[in-house]
Amino acid sequence: MILLAFLLQTIRIAIPYLLAAAGGVMSERVGVIALGLEGMMLAGAFGAVLGSYYGGSAWIGLVCAMSAGILVALLLALCTLRFRANQVVVGIAINLLVIGATRFFLRLAFDSASNSPRVDGFGGEGSGLGVLASFSNPLVWLGLIALPALWWLLWRTPFGLRARAVGEKPEAAATLGVNVSALRLRGLLLCGVLASLGGAYLALDQHQFTDSMTAGRGFIALAAIIFGRWMPMRVAAACLLFAAAETLQIQLQGAQLVPSQFVELIPYVLTIVALAGVVGKSVPPAALGKVE
Amino acid sequence: MSGDGLLMRAAQAFLAPLLAVALAMVVGDLLILTYGESPATVYALLLEGTWGNWYGFGQVIYKTMTLTCTGLAFAYAARAGLFNVGAEGQLAAGGFAAALVGLLLPASIPGVIAVPVCIAASMIAGGASGAIPGVLRARFGASEVIVTIMLNFVLLALLNYVVASHMAVPETLHTAEMNAGFVARLGSLFPVFAGSAANLTIVVAVLVAVFAWWKLFRTRSGYELRAVGLQPDAAEYGGIPVSRVWFRAMVWSGAFAGLGGINFVLGYKHYYEEGFAAGSGFLGIAVALVGRNHPLGILIAALLFATLSQGGLAVNALVPKQLVDILQAVVILAVATTVPEVQRLLRKTAASLVRRDAAEATP
Amino acid sequence: MSAPATTATWAVRMSQVSKHFGSVQANRDVTLEVANGEIHALVGENGAGKSTLMHILSGLHTPSGGRVEVLGRDVTGWDTNEAIAAGVGMVHQHFMLVPTLTVAENLVLGREPRRGLQLDEARAVEDVRALAARTGLRVDPTRSVAELSVGEAQRVEILKVLYRGARILVLDEPTAVLSPPEVDELWTVLRGLRAQGDTIIIITHKLDEVVAISDTITVMRDGRSVSRLATADTTPRDIARAMVGRDVTLAHDFPANDLAARDVSSARAALEVRDLVVRGDRGTPVIEQLSFRVQPGEILGIAGVEGNGQTELLEVLAGLRRAHSGRVLLNGQEITSLDVRARADAGLSHIPEDRHRRGLVLDYSVSDNLLLGRQHHFTSRLGGLDKTRIERHAETQIRAFDIRPSDPTLPARALSGGNQQKIVIAREMGRSFTVLLAAQPTRGVDVGAIEFIHSQLRAARDSGKAVLLVSADLSEVLALADRIAVMYEGRFACVLPATECNAEILGPYMTGADREVVS
Repeated sequence: MILLAFLLQTIRIAIPYLLAAAGGVMSERVGVIALGLEGMMLAGAFGAVLGSYYGGSAWIGLVCAMSAGILVALLLALCTLRFRANQVVVGIAINLLVIGATRFFLRLAFDSASNSPRVDGFGGEGSGLGVLASFSNPLVWLGLIALPALWWLLWRTPFGLRARAVGEKPEAAATLGVNVSALRLRGLLLCGVLASLGGAYLALDQHQFTDSMTAGRGFIALAAIIFGRWMPMRVAAACLLFAAAETLQIQLQGAQLVPSQFVELIPYVLTIVALAGVVGKSVPPAALGKVE
Repeated sequence: MSGDGLLMRAAQAFLAPLLAVALAMVVGDLLILTYGESPATVYALLLEGTWGNWYGFGQVIYKTMTLTCTGLAFAYAARAGLFNVGAEGQLAAGGFAAALVGLLLPASIPGVIAVPVCIAASMIAGGASGAIPGVLRARFGASEVIVTIMLNFVLLALLNYVVASHMAVPETLHTAEMNAGFVARLGSLFPVFAGSAANLTIVVAVLVAVFAWWKLFRTRSGYELRAVGLQPDAAEYGGIPVSRVWFRAMVWSGAFAGLGGINFVLGYKHYYEEGFAAGSGFLGIAVALVGRNHPLGILIAALLFATLSQGGLAVNALVPKQLVDILQAVVILAVATTVPEVQRLLRKTAASLVRRDAAEATP
Repeated sequence: MSAPATTATWAVRMSQVSKHFGSVQANRDVTLEVANGEIHALVGENGAGKSTLMHILSGLHTPSGGRVEVLGRDVTGWDTNEAIAAGVGMVHQHFMLVPTLTVAENLVLGREPRRGLQLDEARAVEDVRALAARTGLRVDPTRSVAELSVGEAQRVEILKVLYRGARILVLDEPTAVLSPPEVDELWTVLRGLRAQGDTIIIITHKLDEVVAISDTITVMRDGRSVSRLATADTTPRDIARAMVGRDVTLAHDFPANDLAARDVSSARAALEVRDLVVRGDRGTPVIEQLSFRVQPGEILGIAGVEGNGQTELLEVLAGLRRAHSGRVLLNGQEITSLDVRARADAGLSHIPEDRHRRGLVLDYSVSDNLLLGRQHHFTSRLGGLDKTRIERHAETQIRAFDIRPSDPTLPARALSGGNQQKIVIAREMGRSFTVLLAAQPTRGVDVGAIEFIHSQLRAARDSGKAVLLVSADLSEVLALADRIAVMYEGRFACVLPATECNAEILGPYMTGADREVVS
């Protein structure tokens, strides 16, 4: 029973990571650095609450969340693909922009500086199922299949083959008639949708939007991508690993065995170690960050 | 000839940032209108709250100090072709080291010794934080972007742990007050600034900007660093050890960011507090971009961004202060997108001008 | 081979084709007639216009004038997709493969077989396997391209074109990166394709290859087609003469290689290379057991077609690339393990072949560029750069080497090619040195600057410096060098006194034809 509770909580914590990391893998596989994940998630969280509150349904919230994610992805695409601006700078600026914009419009939409009123989410509280209730949430299922589905998309479809070619050697793909920019744009839009759903899950799970509520989860997703070496199934494992560490920390909180800050560090330290190549080097797609 | 060249360089330096600020203003107008306020009123209030009174101006000076340091940090690495997005963590490490040294020093030590020691501590801590991504890049080719981002979280979490569990004054998130290493507030010298956080560390920031300028543009190591950033192949041909230059650039970059920590610690509160300058590290990227990675430009840009930050508080009654966060982000995006375009354009024009002149000069 | 009567039997017929890029005329009134089912060699020196012509055929360029027919159809001005659809495929010199994908994936990219929504991987592999079996281009479709040897990678490139239905294949310098056994294998494959009725055009400048593989030859020179020959009726000498364009009669035999005799001279060599072996970026040997000496007061010219190891040789001498084995001595002193700066300080100057990538920091001012590699000699206290000395240095050099415009603060990017090269020359020759490495010193430079640079190189020689000149421009080597070595496939094919050289004599060595002639 303890084990089951542990597993369920791990999955709950992992869902936003899984969704955002799926988006990030897509983005990086077509050659665009996924530094904007945090912003896309936050935009998704805000959109979800806005839609749920004013539309009266979590489903409308999801539509709004995806729209917000697409909007952010379009801005990113405009700057990096059309104007060829530096992807690192644009990614960081997008995060700052979304943090600022969500706070700015928080007051306009809900007349509060820090959080929205309560929204319903996907319900299930009253059913007495406890933590199992979260499995009535479609986003949980979506999160669980996101990376396997992405694996299928990247490794089993013509689109995926072209995407991987574009992220690795765009000039080779171009000589074979593949439209590199259009493909990158599609990859970015898919990234925006997935990452925003990750944010939507967070907000609907907590039944409200709070200021900067993604709290670095976009970067943990990025860490999972690098630690998982850009391979969807490995990335999924990394997300679950990071989530399990968090769950363990929460459940052992009373015991004070390890300071909670050290558990927070796990994803970041593992990523740095992976990049340094201590145990098998993590090598990104060759054309990552280079848009000509 | 030289006149044209100077004009060109001036255009190159200012055109893109000015365009960016103009675009941000337009976006700002639209945002203000969503709250039903008049942009003119809001902007007037923003100026009044910053440059319109001594207190506001003092706060602007205070914020300029840290932004100058983080701006220099980003620019110095960028000149070597590297992206240090780890100023956030390096800044915290610098502030913590200064506070720690100030705590350890006995109160009897005179300021002329204590202050430089604390300053050195902040730079060493920042530099050590920069050395990690530096060595990983130089030795293993690990992306300094990802390493610095990840290291931000690592450093902040470690510092939070150390402070929270071993050093914090009960019921707070800050350490005990230092024994030595105080830097005077401007208010104690010029009473008009009374109440504002502005302090003499701004002088250190200006001096460091001058030092960075000298190092980049007047020394052999700066010459080599810029060559590596512009054209690594040509640098290699010129006998410059590219990896070693990368490592040193990251160390200096981290040291500049670390130095920013003394503003709060030595000049204002005299202790380290969790999140004392959150956001200043990332904002340094904006400062460096707008300042075109030039120390003088960075000083001006730091003043601009400090004005915006402080101005946000002044207008908060009419529109949320996050208006300025959005404006700052828009400025970054606009500069990042327009600089390459403007440069391409100017390069073409400059080349054709020079060719024409050369043709005329040839009999 | 007799000329067929009707146009329909021509696979490719290009008549009066011209192409200019701005003011540069790459092709003038070129005629190329390729019969169905033959292997046609398109030969000529670097810059003769071969690649441009083939880019027109494959739809990459639009001709400025003339007419292009493929299988009797007028296709003038088509694009690459039309060319591919019509069965014309070009295999480029540089591989365009995605290393992380498998062979099959690289082949089907862009026109993938599908099964429902999915990529039909099994069919892709099967198709590729069948194609490989049919054409004799043996390669495992499931292997990752990154693991392939150069020869295998090239087979994949050819398969890529065939997969898209090409019946007319254009191969641009296909043997440049291949080892001799791989070349033989390629010939077998090409003959097999010919037997199946495919037409092949092969661009090359290696005459042994021309003789080995082709049925018909078109020779190009200076953008024109100068002759069309049946391979069976000609000799490598005839082809070489057509390529070089001199009608000097060959009265005497080729002189013997007198390298050994000269190098026993008593004077100590300024630059000496012993048993040098260098590996290329792909790990294949690019320089094999090379030994030579350059005496003070001598220009040793290295002629040869580019890509025969010249670039790697100079990089090793300058300290930019590691030698696999062998020694380099400067004035009798071992410098094999010294870095770039130490070599420069020991008296080695280097005019690099690519001034835009290596020789100049384009965004640095003229005066800063005049320091590159010497910056440690212009420091004052505290590591600062000595402004006044730098300015004075810049003024002197700008005057001495006539760099225009004479403003030292201009970015190097703003100067013309000739003046940019003068900055490099001024920096490398306007200081004390004993050995000068000069690579393609007049490439992309106007006529006036060429004369100036040549006079500088002669003056250096006359004042007792040793000069190693590498140039793809044979007339430049002939004009300047005291001794001439021809580099071919990582070795010196010959070393001759300049007085005994002319283009006629060197041509066969440059193209590897000497092997045929001598044997």
